[in-house]
Amino acid sequence: MITALYVALSHDLLAVIMVFSANSLLAAGMFTVMDAVDVGFTEAAVGAGVSTILMLLALRCCARHERTGPRQWLPLVVVVVTGATLVYGTMDLPPIGEPGNPVHLHVAPRYLEDSGREIGIPNVVTSVLASYRGFDTLGEVLVVFTAGLGVWLLIGARRRDDEP
Amino acid sequence: MNRDVVILRVVSKFLIPVIMLFALYVQFHGELGPGGAFQAGVIMASAFILHMLVFGLETTRRVVSVTWLRACAAAGALLYGGVGLAGLLLGGNYLEYNVLASDPVAGQHVGIILIELGVGLTVASTMVLLIFTFADRAPR
Repeated sequence: MITALYVALSHDLLAVIMVFSANSLLAAGMFTVMDAVDVGFTEAAVGAGVSTILMLLALRCCARHERTGPRQWLPLVVVVVTGATLVYGTMDLPPIGEPGNPVHLHVAPRYLEDSGREIGIPNVVTSVLASYRGFDTLGEVLVVFTAGLGVWLLIGARRRDDEP
Repeated sequence: MNRDVVILRVVSKFLIPVIMLFALYVQFHGELGPGGAFQAGVIMASAFILHMLVFGLETTRRVVSVTWLRACAAAGALLYGGVGLAGLLLGGNYLEYNVLASDPVAGQHVGIILIELGVGLTVASTMVLLIFTFADRAPR
């Protein structure tokens, strides 16, 4: 929360990136406390590690300080309204950890009960991601690949024409 | 970059193999413990990125060239798609692993290990490629 406010208010982009990285690290700790170690892993490696370095490298291409213009109030209004709507939406959510929640009654019992016999892997997350939801994961891999390809084509490949 | 900072160089020389080993552990132990190919790919990429930060872009590009990275990224995605096609050719549905071996459970194991390998390869090489591209672009 404090880190988010700092990111919004500060004009020193280097400090913003470092605070953003600390925010990711805190989020990773929070995910781990909530027993989502996989997500915590990813947040620590991607959010706090790789993306920080990526943003630092991007910062080297442009100026360090944000140019300040006249303050605009419309974005603040949009953010506050969206945030209020989301918080209002969470009031209808069932309490966390209740066994009768819809999330525990849909496909989760089947995965938990049958995946040991069908897939033979103790980690249910892996069998869901890799086998039951194989198409999703294929799509994710293709998204990552396409993103890398796009960046390389946009700014990596042009480099060759610049140099004689 | 920081060719004079002895502490950074020594410590990262010690850390990089450990990071890589941990990435391999997460990759191949993903079916038992937390983690999987996405995480393993990013951790493996972070080893190369640390190497780049400490020893400079040119040194790391001698270790893994951009051509190799592009080939690996494509090979990973193709491996994943190829496992799907193999299932199709062996008489199952697309991405159905049961037909990959004589026993359905063994088939699932083969399929999952292969696609996780593809995911890890693509994620790791794409991350390093992204960082390389940006580092190359930035003025020195």
